[in-house]
Amino acid sequence: MQVITYREALNQALSEEMERDERVFLCGEEVAEYDGAYKVSQGLLKKFGPKRVIDTPISETGFTGLGIGAAMYGLRPVVEFMTWSFSLVCYDQIINNAAQVRYMSGGQFSVPIVFRGSSGGGLQVGATHSHTPENWYANVPALTVITPAFPDDAKGLLKSAIRSNNPVCFIENEKLYGYKDEVPEGEHLIPIGKGKIRRAGNDVTIISNSGSTHRALAAAKLLAEDNIDAEVIDLRTIKPLDFDLIAESVVKTNRVVIVEENKPYAGWGAQVTYEIQKLLFDHLDAPVNRITSLDVPQPYNGKLEQSVLPNEERIIAGVRETLA
Amino acid sequence: MPTADKATKKGQSLSNSSILPPLDPQGKLQLYRQMLLIRRFEEKAAQAFQQAKIKGFCHLYIGQEAVAVGTISTLTAEDAVITAYRDHGHALARGMDANSCMAELFGKITGCSRGKGGSMHFFSAEKHFYGGHGIVGGQSALGIGLAFGQKYLNTGRVTICYLGDGAINQGAFHESLNIAALWKLPIIYVIENNGYAMGTSVARSSAGDPLVKRADGYDMAGLIADGMDIDDVRAKTAEAVNLARTESLPTLMEIRTYRYRGHSMSDPGNYRTREEIEKYKKFDPILLYRTRLLDDKVTTDDALEAIDKEVTAEAQAAYDFADKSEDPAFETVYEDIFAPEDQIDEIPRRNLPL
Repeated sequence: MQVITYREALNQALSEEMERDERVFLCGEEVAEYDGAYKVSQGLLKKFGPKRVIDTPISETGFTGLGIGAAMYGLRPVVEFMTWSFSLVCYDQIINNAAQVRYMSGGQFSVPIVFRGSSGGGLQVGATHSHTPENWYANVPALTVITPAFPDDAKGLLKSAIRSNNPVCFIENEKLYGYKDEVPEGEHLIPIGKGKIRRAGNDVTIISNSGSTHRALAAAKLLAEDNIDAEVIDLRTIKPLDFDLIAESVVKTNRVVIVEENKPYAGWGAQVTYEIQKLLFDHLDAPVNRITSLDVPQPYNGKLEQSVLPNEERIIAGVRETLA
Repeated sequence: MPTADKATKKGQSLSNSSILPPLDPQGKLQLYRQMLLIRRFEEKAAQAFQQAKIKGFCHLYIGQEAVAVGTISTLTAEDAVITAYRDHGHALARGMDANSCMAELFGKITGCSRGKGGSMHFFSAEKHFYGGHGIVGGQSALGIGLAFGQKYLNTGRVTICYLGDGAINQGAFHESLNIAALWKLPIIYVIENNGYAMGTSVARSSAGDPLVKRADGYDMAGLIADGMDIDDVRAKTAEAVNLARTESLPTLMEIRTYRYRGHSMSDPGNYRTREEIEKYKKFDPILLYRTRLLDDKVTTDDALEAIDKEVTAEAQAAYDFADKSEDPAFETVYEDIFAPEDQIDEIPRRNLPL
């Protein structure tokens, strides 16, 4: 099996889907001649030409609205945000248009579109460039929110997202672009809405996504040295949530720690916590614990930023508290 | 304050003569009929609003009929139309059924958006009517998407995107104009300048007169038309449509018009005088066209009266249809959220526990 980076996996997904369906096009800032700010679209201009790989002006509202209109017209746009932090500029287009048009039109128009780009903290780019927006978009009915943590999921889920007939927020993680792992070659689809157990264990269930899955796995490794056997679930899709997978694990371990990079107030873990206590109350031996980013804007200083993120130290402390 | 007179004088043409083929009497009467249908429909809607059969917001198009009817009459049935929240007139001019439009206002399952859109969110895929959009200026970005799709798929079709004078100060409008010009998209932006951004006059909300000057910065063609004169609207729009269709170039049009009613039904109207409204009624687009049809001996008083009777009956029938239609059943609240999948397995979705 090929071992490639998360970035290359995304690139393969884009390339294969563009080859497969001429209605798929990619637009965004620097996606074409510059080969992508994070090189996710490297080589695509050369392969598919300027009609389908399109550099846009720095106009998120303009090119996002363009993508939505084109999707209503029957095309299958992939709109790249250089970072999801910039999606705030076109929040109106995503929320009011992409996510409402089908409903408001009584089902007459659909919006098969993928919004994608980098996200997350840890690279010292300050408060405006470090957002982790999955909870903002998961709050909106009609949006599907995907946050891959590994290259194989990045590829398989992006291909599924492009083939979906509905608007998908595909939220990548800036720190993972260089992460290498095995990825199946050729046709490789991962189903949307299904989580995955990345480490099996019996003592505690750690539920995580994206970059937090890597932190959770690192923490689980350290906990194992202390004979604490953690199960790590990578949600992969934030919405819809794979609650069946969570339930199976919680029934086994009876203890839950959620690890998420969202800020605490109404982060996605708050919803997961609600559902667990509502539906699995009798299976819990301890309160659900949440390890989130701290409730502060992202600081620039590296040490400060690491303390704000849900780091391994805090995860380990959280697990111990749950087991106490 | 723009006036109909001033609009005519300031009107600039891309060419000297109209490229529109002349209309036969039947075609002229059809325009008259459409304008009058919109007027009678809106009067009926106002009545239904006062009876509390229509709730929420209701933005009437009365006074602006020549804009929607005139512009849309220059399109083919396959061209795309998208507009803002004052959308009843465009929907009817596009040929949407008055019954389904009125039923949507009443929130009924027989409405054009199954009672889920309301006054501001009319849609019809069949008529290539892409909404009905509630956020000021937001549809201008969707408009370039439609035009992009038309060009990408080599359809030879064009898009008209309407917006009010208040919308031109939104960033979405400028971003869209820039992209439309840069990528040579077959779109016509129509600013329906009715003099007021809700209750704030053009003079108090928009720098630069005429508004169409905003096209200059983007090297885009600009046209002004007299929105009270349907023939002028048609002639100017035809030039813009031709430019879009034959050369895939965008145009910004400013069509000077006037709305007699408030911004919405809940508008106290204290930002303008009764005299001003009365003054504009002398330039009424329907009255003006009626006089022209009679002066040109295209038709007779009796024939025009018969049309009025017909469309009045049509508006009443729409009211009755809407009134008798059913509310949507509760189950429909969970319908029309997701399109069915056909290239991947259906995504497992569930109603969240409450």
